[in-house]
Amino acid sequence: MLKVQGVNKRFGGLQALSNVGIEIERSQIYGLIGPNGAGKTTFFNVITGLYTPDSGSFELAGKTYSPSEVWKVAQAGIARTFQNIRLFPEMTALENVMVGRHVRTRAGALGAVLRLPSQRREEAQIKARAIELLEYVGIRKYADYQARTLAYGDQRRLEIARALATEPKLLALDEPAAGMNATEKLGLRKLLESIQADGVTILLIEHDVKLVMGLCNRVTVLDYGKVIAMGAPAEVQSNPAVIEAYLGAAHAPKGTEAA
Amino acid sequence: MNLYFPKWRDNPVAAFIATFVVAAVLIALPFVVGQLGNAWVRALAFALLYVMLALGLNIVVGFAGLLDLGYIAFYAVGAYMYALLASPHLTSTFPAIAAMFPDGLHNSIWMVIPLGAALAALFGIMLGAPVLRLRGDYLAIVTLGFGEIIRIFMNNLNAPVNITNGPQGITLIDPITIGGVSLAKPVQVFGLTVPSVYLYYYFFLLLVIVTIVVCINLQNSRLGRAWMAIREDDLAAKAMGINVRNVKLLAFALGATFGGVAGAMFAAFQGFVSPESFSLMESIIVLAMVVLGGIGHIPGVILGAVLLAVFPEVLRHTVVPVQQALFGKVLIDAEVLRMLLYGLAMVLIMLYRPKGLWPAPDHGINPSERMGGGKGGKAAAAGA
Repeated sequence: MLKVQGVNKRFGGLQALSNVGIEIERSQIYGLIGPNGAGKTTFFNVITGLYTPDSGSFELAGKTYSPSEVWKVAQAGIARTFQNIRLFPEMTALENVMVGRHVRTRAGALGAVLRLPSQRREEAQIKARAIELLEYVGIRKYADYQARTLAYGDQRRLEIARALATEPKLLALDEPAAGMNATEKLGLRKLLESIQADGVTILLIEHDVKLVMGLCNRVTVLDYGKVIAMGAPAEVQSNPAVIEAYLGAAHAPKGTEAA
Repeated sequence: MNLYFPKWRDNPVAAFIATFVVAAVLIALPFVVGQLGNAWVRALAFALLYVMLALGLNIVVGFAGLLDLGYIAFYAVGAYMYALLASPHLTSTFPAIAAMFPDGLHNSIWMVIPLGAALAALFGIMLGAPVLRLRGDYLAIVTLGFGEIIRIFMNNLNAPVNITNGPQGITLIDPITIGGVSLAKPVQVFGLTVPSVYLYYYFFLLLVIVTIVVCINLQNSRLGRAWMAIREDDLAAKAMGINVRNVKLLAFALGATFGGVAGAMFAAFQGFVSPESFSLMESIIVLAMVVLGGIGHIPGVILGAVLLAVFPEVLRHTVVPVQQALFGKVLIDAEVLRMLLYGLAMVLIMLYRPKGLWPAPDHGINPSERMGGGKGGKAAAAGA
């Protein structure tokens, strides 16, 4: 589904990413983990067009795309959420999701001014789909609430609903479980599983190792801007390089210290 | 219908009655106000032009959140376009044009309105394109500069080729003619003589109604939502696939459209245009109308525009007699007092009604307020 190779990104004297690549299969949940400052979010921002990479090749669903502008990436079919939730705070939950439909609808200024039948039909479809999505993520009852007044976990859900409204091929989530309690995490996990079951591929950046290990089909570990491990969650978990990156060399299993 | 009367969504009868009452009042208004003199009806007609301007600026500032301090430039563009197309200025300056139009330049209103709108939209895009990356204070400064550039152009384009006639302005501009009826002459309707200013009032009223409908339709559309999204969070809007550049340009262009049409109407109504009508002060006053009335809220903006447009007229007619009666002489000029009171009104409104006189009702449900957690809750606690 997504194939990214050879990404380099340098901020001044800091090589934030060196030769990073991932390959995500259709309907996978793919985890991207690593210690703080490893370059996860930078890589994420490169994929979604927020940062311009120094080099790299990008391919989504067999078609190359260039992440030069954020809105073009969304149009190509990657929808993202943000580490620190970025909703449209003064708009209602429903309107937030309706904005997500923007990229898949067409009505322009003339249609709006004249309220052409086609525009009104489209508008009704946008609204119906947005309500469906709110129902899907389980916050239908808050449809008319201002986004900023929703509880934290519900804001996360709303952000996911808004991203789904763009009909993404790939849903990219930046630390969706950050700040959630155990119950909310369980709910999130169920939601992500059902999104996967509906055929959407998910790329997940996450700190919560338990969540990643339980949910992801494959995992890539970044440290200091380099890929240090890749594979099924269980393999990665026992990889000495990963343990070293997270816990320091002294905690690596015996026999690997010399390496 | 429920789009235009959100409060009476479930009561179409009330909505129709309200429409009927408002229409009756607006139609009768010039005849009532006219008893005091035609100058007052003229003031009302000008107020309607300001409503158009304020609603146009509201698209840019209120809907899309882009601060524009040079909005009056579009008014100038519309006014000068009409002035050039419907006055003897061009034919008397350029023999070639006089040869092309032996009867002089005259244009139908059905051509002028779309042309004024299109030209202003073009200027809106010209202003919008270079300032796309700017926001807040920086945007305000650049738009302010743009407004002044247009005014200075109008002031200086009389040499080497006399296009705008410089500071003297353009005179002898045709009045508006609709279907052969000139609005400059009184019209007999059922034995009733309707003076020229009344006709302009009704015509401007019609344009204002069209403007209001267009604004409401835009606000409740895919485009209106995109503007709101950009205002709230530019980056999140981009991440949702909104082409922020185009959507911003559309806001500038559509906002400018109303300025252009209002400008053309202004030129026809006055019969004269000169650069001094388009000073920075005018831009600021139109912005003040939007902000004082209730930024982003169409009824509020209309209220702000009417108040700030009629207020100087009231002062003009009361300040001198009142001072004569009180002190026996005139101490403060009406013009001076006007600025003083504007300033005072600004300070008071920003202190006591920071969202404007008639702000938009809270969008959607806010549970903390509903449960009495907000202001009401505090007041109740203080009372106990």
